[in-house]
Amino acid sequence: MYRSHVLVCGGTGCTSSGSQQIMETLREEIAKNGLDQEVAVIQTGCHGLCALGPIMIIYPDATFYSMVKNEDIPEIVSEHLLKGRVVTRLLYQETVTDTGVKALIDTDFYKKQHRIALRNCGVINPENIEEYIGTGGYQALGKVLTEMTPDEVIQVLLDSGLRGRGGAGFPTGLKWKFAKQNDADQKYVCCNADEGDPGAFMDRSVLEGDPHAVLEAMAIAGYAIGASQGYIYVRAEYPIAVQRLKIAIQQARDMELLGNDIFGTGFNFDIDLRLGAGAFVCGEETALMTSIEGNRGEPRPRPPFPAVKGLFAKPTILNNVETYANIPQIIINGPEWFASMGTEKSKGTKVFALGGKINNTGLVEVPMGTTLREVVEEIGGGIPGGHKFKAAQTGGPSGGCIPAEHFDIPIDYDNLISIGSMMGSGGLIVMDDTDCMVDIAKFFLEFTVEESCGKCTPCRIGTKRMLEILTKITEGNATMEDLDKLEELCYYIKENSLCGLGQTAPNPVLSTLRYFRDEYEAHIKEKRCPAGVCKKLLTYNIDREKCIGCGACARQCPAGAISKTDYTAPGKKLPAMAIDPNKCVKCGACMEKCKFSAIYKK
Amino acid sequence: MKSLAELKAIREKMQSQVSLRGEDHDHIRVMVGMATCGIASGARPVLTTLSNLVQERKLTDKIAVTQTGCIGLCQYEPIVEVMEPGKDKVTYIKMTPEKAEEVLERHLIGGHVVEKYTLSSAGIK
Repeated sequence: MYRSHVLVCGGTGCTSSGSQQIMETLREEIAKNGLDQEVAVIQTGCHGLCALGPIMIIYPDATFYSMVKNEDIPEIVSEHLLKGRVVTRLLYQETVTDTGVKALIDTDFYKKQHRIALRNCGVINPENIEEYIGTGGYQALGKVLTEMTPDEVIQVLLDSGLRGRGGAGFPTGLKWKFAKQNDADQKYVCCNADEGDPGAFMDRSVLEGDPHAVLEAMAIAGYAIGASQGYIYVRAEYPIAVQRLKIAIQQARDMELLGNDIFGTGFNFDIDLRLGAGAFVCGEETALMTSIEGNRGEPRPRPPFPAVKGLFAKPTILNNVETYANIPQIIINGPEWFASMGTEKSKGTKVFALGGKINNTGLVEVPMGTTLREVVEEIGGGIPGGHKFKAAQTGGPSGGCIPAEHFDIPIDYDNLISIGSMMGSGGLIVMDDTDCMVDIAKFFLEFTVEESCGKCTPCRIGTKRMLEILTKITEGNATMEDLDKLEELCYYIKENSLCGLGQTAPNPVLSTLRYFRDEYEAHIKEKRCPAGVCKKLLTYNIDREKCIGCGACARQCPAGAISKTDYTAPGKKLPAMAIDPNKCVKCGACMEKCKFSAIYKK
Repeated sequence: MKSLAELKAIREKMQSQVSLRGEDHDHIRVMVGMATCGIASGARPVLTTLSNLVQERKLTDKIAVTQTGCIGLCQYEPIVEVMEPGKDKVTYIKMTPEKAEEVLERHLIGGHVVEKYTLSSAGIK
């Protein structure tokens, strides 16, 4: 029995900043101090504060150390674990107060969060099924199999108001109901873990931190619709998630929580993994199923919908990882509990991956209806460098932006649609006044052009043409007719594409046009990029009155574009420098080097 | 797994360990002085005894056993402090594993302070 548990984050973020080495050193040091019978080292999933990794929490006192280095380990062991003296300099600064240490749950980052899908992430060892069971795991499956009929299970989901967390927000219970209604000799339960949106990583964190929650929910789904086989389609770029899933499936099979005659009820269910090669289109449901079947991942027209004719032409349900992670909790706590959180039409919580210009990069789970301001300013810790919030991008390449004027909008599915964005899988990229909205739209279009599978013409050729126009705009070669053509193309592509990828590809352009048309027009009419991002429209200049002629900029310039002039400003000893616009490559190195703010761009 | 009873058995075995990682405001905090003076006079077996007993009796969701540093009363070590939300701190001195078990039984579970082991009964302010 251990008196203290040291939890070290083994998610992708912290692993890449060295948490595996830290765990190894920790075990060595603990053994060296003779504490190996008293202190346990446990690898967990993601805590959410990825920006501050590697993260370590010591229980029972719940001390939260951030940015731990390998060299710090001997001190932590001899001071904290042996003598009980907290190593203050390594504490997460938010927990340090004048009077002592504040509980982690009281910090701004965690205070407003409500963790359901992430409830075990960072708390249990994901490679040990017994720890999952210790937190109430597989109780929901037991309850469903022994006390409930499939119809009752579906009714609970319908009553809970749970909607798909993959982005579109289709009611989960309804999806299951359709699949149950269709009789077939075989049905399938699929899990979409092909998280492809740039910036979204909550599915990876759930799989890495709490894989059994997904397995349990899939078994529940199998019972509800009458399926005995499940597939998890996970991208091969998530090696840690794949590894933990393999371990979890094996442990569940060993304990006969997957397999035949589960809990002696005669219910059979098993799960296999299918690895995706990272094509964005394979996150689309029909393309995903085509890929599981062993074919090239391309979408097909709907109807027939998967609930009628899905995988291997059998009735199939496909839900997202985060959706599944909510389900065991709904079964245990009841639909009323879940429906008590959130807004009228969006119940429960949503996980967001915060990225971009924000202090606390990481994962947060908040009740639906939390405002963007709360997420960005309070939980996210605001924007670094004193810059001003300009917009937040949600939904990745399928979504749009939320401008500052909607900063106080409660985030839920319908509100986001009404302002021209979408929930998407929950990537939330914050942009400040140094981001150019045209450039952002171009970035997402580049992604879509790259990822279009090429099956249908509007998406294959249309997005390419859109990108060309956007490139023209950012280079200052576009006319106002180009802008009209761009907008027209957007609507054509939306209407005529075969699958969600093409239908949503114009969204980043449409929403930036809606809120930031003036920026587009500045690029076209004035040949100017207001945020100072689009290189072709920028010139770097030296204010000859401010320049003291030190020459630091000229030494920094990689293109040899800076030289002395004949002019010496009043009060300065040396002649001012000047930039030759024909040689300048607009790298900005001179501006960073200048200590006198004499260089400016416009 | 062929029955819910099997699941329940694993859950009960693991629950006290996993709930050691809980964090809330109404835990009773039991702090064992583990500075050099404490360790030298035998605080470690006291700490492990308390921690083990709390886990064995599945009380980890109510009681947190942690260490603390030297509080300056080195001649009275091993010292155990009990902090209950909304109540005065109780300080036990010259603890042993046996006395610790008695404190757990009578004070932490029973709710009665074991006066004979406290600092105040030793007659110092």
